[in-house]
Order: sequence, then structure tokens, then C-alpha cells
Amino acid sequence: MAMHIVDRRLNSGSKSLENRQRFLRRAKALIQGAVNKSSQDRDIKDVLEGGEISIPLDGMNEPRFRREGGTRDMVLPGNKKFVEGDMLPRSGEVRGKASGAGEGDGEDAFRFILSRNEFVDLFFDDLELPDLAKRKPAEVDNEGFRRAGYATSGSPSNIAVSRTVTLSLARRVALRRPRSETIAKLEADIMNCDEAERTKLMAEAEALKEKIRRIPFIDPVDIRYRRFEPTRKPVAQAVMFCLMDVSGSMSEHMKDLAKRFYMLLYIFLKRRYRHVEIVFIRHTDRAEEVDEETFFRGPASGGTLVSAALSAMHEIVRSRFRPADWNIYAAQASDGDNSNSDADVVSRLLTEMILPVSQFFAYLEVGEASGNGFDMSESTLWLLYRRLCSDGAPLSMRKVSERNEIFPVFHDLFRRRGSLQKAVP
Amino acid sequence: MTVLTERLFEGADWDFQTLQRIHDACEDIAVTELGLNIYPNQIEVITAEQMLDAYCSAGMPLFYKHWSFGKQFAHQEAFYRKGLMGLAYEIVINSSPCISYLMEENTATMQSLVIAHAAFGHNHFFKNNYLFKQWTDAEGILDYLEFGKSYVTQCEERHGREAVEQTLDAAHALMSHGIDRYPGKKKLDLRAEERRAGERRLHEEQAFNDLWRTVPTGPAKSPESLNIERRRKLLGLPQENLLYFLEKSAPRLQSWQRELLRIVRHVAQYFYPQGQTKVMNEGTATYVHYRILTRLHEQGRISDGNFLEFLRSHTNVVFQPEFDDPRFSGINPYTLGFAMMQDIERIVSNPADEDREWFPDIAGTGEVMATLRDIWANYRDESFISQFLSPRLMRQMRMFHLHDNPDESAGIRVDAIHDERGYRAVRRELARQYDLGVVESNIEVVDVDLAGNRRLMLRHAVVKGALLAEADAKQVLHHLADLWSYDVSLVEVDANDVVLKEYVASPRITIAAA
Repeated sequence: MAMHIVDRRLNSGSKSLENRQRFLRRAKALIQGAVNKSSQDRDIKDVLEGGEISIPLDGMNEPRFRREGGTRDMVLPGNKKFVEGDMLPRSGEVRGKASGAGEGDGEDAFRFILSRNEFVDLFFDDLELPDLAKRKPAEVDNEGFRRAGYATSGSPSNIAVSRTVTLSLARRVALRRPRSETIAKLEADIMNCDEAERTKLMAEAEALKEKIRRIPFIDPVDIRYRRFEPTRKPVAQAVMFCLMDVSGSMSEHMKDLAKRFYMLLYIFLKRRYRHVEIVFIRHTDRAEEVDEETFFRGPASGGTLVSAALSAMHEIVRSRFRPADWNIYAAQASDGDNSNSDADVVSRLLTEMILPVSQFFAYLEVGEASGNGFDMSESTLWLLYRRLCSDGAPLSMRKVSERNEIFPVFHDLFRRRGSLQKAVP
Repeated sequence: MTVLTERLFEGADWDFQTLQRIHDACEDIAVTELGLNIYPNQIEVITAEQMLDAYCSAGMPLFYKHWSFGKQFAHQEAFYRKGLMGLAYEIVINSSPCISYLMEENTATMQSLVIAHAAFGHNHFFKNNYLFKQWTDAEGILDYLEFGKSYVTQCEERHGREAVEQTLDAAHALMSHGIDRYPGKKKLDLRAEERRAGERRLHEEQAFNDLWRTVPTGPAKSPESLNIERRRKLLGLPQENLLYFLEKSAPRLQSWQRELLRIVRHVAQYFYPQGQTKVMNEGTATYVHYRILTRLHEQGRISDGNFLEFLRSHTNVVFQPEFDDPRFSGINPYTLGFAMMQDIERIVSNPADEDREWFPDIAGTGEVMATLRDIWANYRDESFISQFLSPRLMRQMRMFHLHDNPDESAGIRVDAIHDERGYRAVRRELARQYDLGVVESNIEVVDVDLAGNRRLMLRHAVVKGALLAEADAKQVLHHLADLWSYDVSLVEVDANDVVLKEYVASPRITIAAA
């Protein structure tokens, strides 16, 4: 009998992908909760690797009519010592009991593995930059290509065959290129005619053949290429300033917290917004713009002058990012230590220069692990910012003293808000 | 005699020629020696990932899209990746040609086992067992699934994914009660099914006339004209196939929703015989692969080493942990099936006195294959066990029967064991465990309140005091009410018609925004 062997290994293996996406979509709220929960006690690097999560099973239950209770009968293999009429105690010993029923056993949690992309997508899903409003038409983004008619030049792979043949046909008709059938007919006639006619016909055939040679079937002028045009669409330009205090008063733990926060911010922006410029500024009593590598890894130490960082930011805004065209965001991390004399400068810089042009300004105060630093007194910077805040400045402020607080605080700061609601703390 | 038969393969490696050779060698033995009658075979080689895929669409190569399959996939994948679960060596589909999936990482020996097991054992069973003949249409199933898949996609495009998903969710919840248990007038023909679905839709579109909406309705019929007898007759009550009833009689479903219910119902019906023949089906396939591989080894076409490898896998497959073993999870259908087939072989060819007494019809007739083929064709698990489980096998497996009455405070009673007094009781109880009619709850539609609020009334005949699990029952009833679009009530009654429990559910949403 005929037998077929089919090699299916080359077929794509992800036939279930669509179903999986449906499942994820359906369980989104549950999964998101699980993702946020599981990310709290993990390192940022690990978070981005995806991993196993578990969601409560009842949320995704598929109910069926099934029975429970009542009297049960079961036949089991492997009797060793029982005889008819024995009574077995209900708990323990007879293990067959639970599985004998076979129906109701289930787990209370449903575990599965999310891929890296799925995980990060879900993690950042409900976050966004607030107030991304200023759209400058000049800045455009290449979104891809679209068909835009035909061109006389182009790459061979883009030849528009039907258009080319149409044009060539038109040209051949216009120039009266002899058809091959005409010549064939003429040659047939030559075979069957007398001598006098023959020379004449042969000359005629020769002329036609000559004409065919002169008028090519397809001439370079016929050839058309499909033309593609890059499509562009305006995008919102945004810039995020990351201001980090690296002064001596910041302990290693604080720096670590701040860096983690910025790492998260950095990943979030890179992933969700392709057009966000990021400016890294670190400061002691002097401020400098640094690259990403130095920002996250470079060591530095010194006194503290917050105004230095703010004026550096202001300088950069003025020279490179026109507030009319750019959505400007800033996130500042500090331990809150600042010299009292600096307070006025900071306050003036913020209220007059920076906050008016910013969409959103987040302040993250990092504290010692035990958290005792906060309870005793509010830091100078915190007091100052809170005053500004109550005056209605678009300023959000949060405190962080433990590593596992970073994710919730981050979520809180960039939570998606209603469109009408301003970014208020 | 020194006829040197050529080995089918050496070592563990194989290629497609090897598979072909193995298949041909197996076929030779299967047809001439075992007398099997099979569908043409199609063997497909797949990867582990594809095997996982197949797991999650009920083993079928194509299936409509639904989130629950994705859920299953995510779950299985997590288990598989953690190494908690191995994958099956093969999946076989009851279709013509009979499709067997082989995993690419199987060794040549394993491929031989799998080909003998699936492509001949299961294949023969599918083609010859009366349940499969009656309830499935092997020629049409793949086309029908293809139709189902594209129909669901089409519905999603026309009516939105949400609406389709809600309907399918509801239908899935009722799937176990969407089965006809008694054969109808004519054989199932899935190709015609598909054609008719298309014709129905076409007719509806052609016959659509908005004027019908404006035609005045006549005076309402008096309630007396619909007395209970007539009403039940009109609605075909009582009806235990809930999906069928809804498809035909739910007042407010759209035609595409009826078609979806129909698809789910057909799929459930297609799998119905498999649930009733687990022991026999696996027993047949295991017996066949054992016979074929043993013969191949005798012929010298499989080396001793490879044969040992085969025996090892075979032993794993038919391993039965005892009830107090931590690995115990019910009776292994492979073990029971294979043991019974071998036992029958023994009874037919070399019976003891006891066997002559218990099985006068087959003992000592000597026609092993004819007897087995007849059994394979005409029984299902329940009848097979109640007819052919021998005292000797009961002793061998040391079976005993426990009776657990929750009212009995002293504990669980050992009702019968593998002795002279207990054989029949043990056998009867074991057979009953495989009777889907007993395993599934018996729920039927009994009436519809047509004169009043159109409430749909269901009744669950409680057996041995086992009520429905409440949380699940409520959810299923909600799904049912959604489809019915009016209230649904369910009463649970015992054998004396005493109502034990009552449920009422109202539709949450109108799925069909008419």
C-alpha cells in the first residue's frame, strides 16, 4: 500500500503563537499583576530576561459540569493484604483514594513562562510619558516605503513587467514593427510562387527582417520600474534629562538606587519611544554632561550643589532643545542634601527657567536602606520641592530607600493618566 | 537455514529510506501475519516544538483559534521546559490517510516501535472498531477542521473577535454534553456538513427580504394549544445533547452562532469514541507493536541491541505502579489493554480449565488473530472488560474493589478482592469505571416555559449521591443562559425524584445583539 512520508520539520513551529497571544490578551490584567509582583524582588537585568510567572487559576478557569462527593467505587491494582470486608481508615494509608476519583484535582496556581519581550511589554504596558503634546512637523520619521507610480530608472528587482511590456507593445505598433507571422507567411509564399515573384518577395522579406532588427522587441526606453517613496510622518520630539547627584554624601547604596532607577527609565524610554533624546547630567558641586557609560558606571565624588545641575540643564535646553519644539522631561535623583545658600538659586532656576518649559519633572529622593534618614527630618531639597509643588508646579516627588521600592515608584511616576489630568504628584 | 536477512537499520540513526523500509517490513507482518486492515499511512516527521503545538490543539494538525489552546500551550511548555514532562513519541490521527506524527529525535528503534504502534495498531483500530465507524468520518475530518478553522476566522472578521470568543467559551463549557450517544439514522458525512453550511448561508443571503419585518403578525396562539406533550415533541425533549438543543432551539442566536455550536459539537462527537476505547485502542496498538517488533527481531531484521532498546521502552509504556506507589495515577490503559490482549491470546491458544469455564466461546479455539480482530471491531472498553477480563489477570494485577461511602464513619470498605467470591464484582466495577454514560453526569433538557418567561429547565439525575461541583456548575449555567438568552434552571434530583439542589442562572449579556 502506498505510504507517504512528509517532513514537517521545516514548517514554522509557532503554530500556537496566535493562541498564546489570545491567551495573554485575555489574562492581561492577571498577568500584569503577576509581572509587577515578580519584578519587585528581581534585579533589573533579570526582569528583562522574562521568566516564569504564575497567575491564579480561577481567573482563567474553563468550567465544565463535573460531579463531586457521593459514594464512590474504585478498582485498584496491587492488593497486598486486604481481604473482603476490611475497613480502611479514611486518612493516610490508602493513597489510591485521591487519584482514584480522578476529576477534581487541580493546582491553585497556573504557571507558565513569559518570553523576554512579552515580559517587558507587559511591564511597561501601562506607562507613558505624560503630556507628550508638542509635535513639530519638521521632524519626520521614516515609517517605511509605499508604492508611488513608476520610474524610468531603478533596481532590476523592481522592474514593472506588465507596464514595460505595455509600453513596448505601444512602441512596436507605432513604429510598425513587422509581426513574425507576416514574415512567416511571406516565406511560405516564397516557396510556392514563380521565379519572377520570388526575388521581389525575397527582397520584401529581407526588408522586413531588417526592420525587425532595427526595432527591438523591448527597448531601454520601454523599461519602467516600480517606484517606492519613503513615507514620513511627524513625530513628537522629546528629551529626557537625567540629573544625578554623585556627591560624597550619597552612599553607595543611594547611588545604586539612583542608578537602578535611571536604568529602568532608560530601558523604558528606549523601548517605548524611538524619538526620545536622553541627556545625562551628573553633578557634585559642578555639573557635567556625560555619556551613558560614564553616567552608569563612572565613579565621582565631591560636594553638592544642585543648582549647578539645574543650570547645566537650562544651558543645554537653551542651546539644543527649543522649548517650542520639544517636549522636555527631567528626572532628578538625589539624597536631598543641598547647602542652604543654594536653595534660592535652585528655586529660582526651577520656577523661572526649568518648570515653565518642562512637561514633567520627577524628583526621586534616595535614602539609606534602613529608612531612618527620612523619619527624622525632611531634607532641604524635599522641603523646597514640596513648597514649589504646592504652588502648582508640574513636579512629582517620591522617596525610595529600598531596592524593591524602585519598581512601584517607577510605575507610580509614569502611570498612564487620564488625558485631562495633569501630572500632579 | 542460513538465509541472511538484511537488517533494517544499524544503530540509532535513520533517514527517510529507513522509515520506508521499516514501514514496509511492518506492513508485511501486519497484513499477512496479523491480518490487519488499515487506512493508507502518512508519516510526518516533526520537531519537539511542533509536538507541543499539536498537544494543544487536541492533537489535530489544524484547529480553530481559541485562547484556551494558548493557555494549555503555555502550561505544557512550562512543564516541558522544566523537564517535568516528556513528550509523547507519536500522535496519530483518526483520518484517512491515517496521519502519524513521529518526533525527529526518536532513534531508529523508537521509530519502528512508533510506526508499528500507530501506523498499524491504532490505524487498524480506527478503521475497524464499530464506534469509530459509527461516529467518525475519517475521510472528512481534516477537511471539516479546515472548514471550521476558516469559518471561525471569517466570523471573527464579520462579527468581532469578542463575540466569537464568548460563543466558543460557552460552547466549550458544554462540550461534554454536546454528544449524541445513540446512533442516528444516517452516517456522519463531514464533507456534506461543510457543503450544507455554505448552502445555508447562501440561501439566507439570497432569501433576505427586509419586508418580512413589516408583515403584521397574527393573533397569538392560545396557550392551551401548546400542551406539554406537544411542546416536548416539538422541541424534541427530553434532550441530553445540550449543544444540539441550543443550536436548533435557542430563540435568539444568530445563524453563525448556531454554526459555531455545530462545529464544537461535531468536534466533541469526533472525539467521543476515543474516550470510550482508551484501553482497547492502546491495548491493540501495544499488542500489535509487540508482535511486529518481536517478529522483526526473529527475522533478524532488528539487531539484538536494538531489540533490547525496544523492550526497555515497551516495558516503560506498560508499567503499572501499584495503588500505594507514589507514582500511581489510576490504571494505565496501556498495561491493562496489553495484558488483556495477551491474556486472550493465551486463552485462545492454551487455556486452563478455569478459562474454559469462564470463556467457553473462545477458549482453545486456536484462532488467535481472528478472535482478537473480532473483539477489536465489536467492543468498547466497558463491554470489553466486562466480557474478557479473566480471573487469572485479576489475580496477576491483584485487583481489589473499594467502596467509599462518606456516611460510613468507620472508613472505606474493601468490597471485593481477586478471589472466587470477588471476581465478578471486581470485573463489574472496573467495567463501570470505563462507561462514559456513568462517568459523565446525566443532564438533560426537560422543558421550556414557552407560555411564561421562556425559562429553560434542565435536570440532573444524581447517581450515588454525587452532586455537581457548585462553582463550576454555576459558571456553566451562566454560559448556557447566555446562549439561551433567557433564564435557565437546573434541578438535581435523586432516583426517587427528590430535589436535592436547584440552580437558576440569568444571561449576563446578550451575545447576540440582534
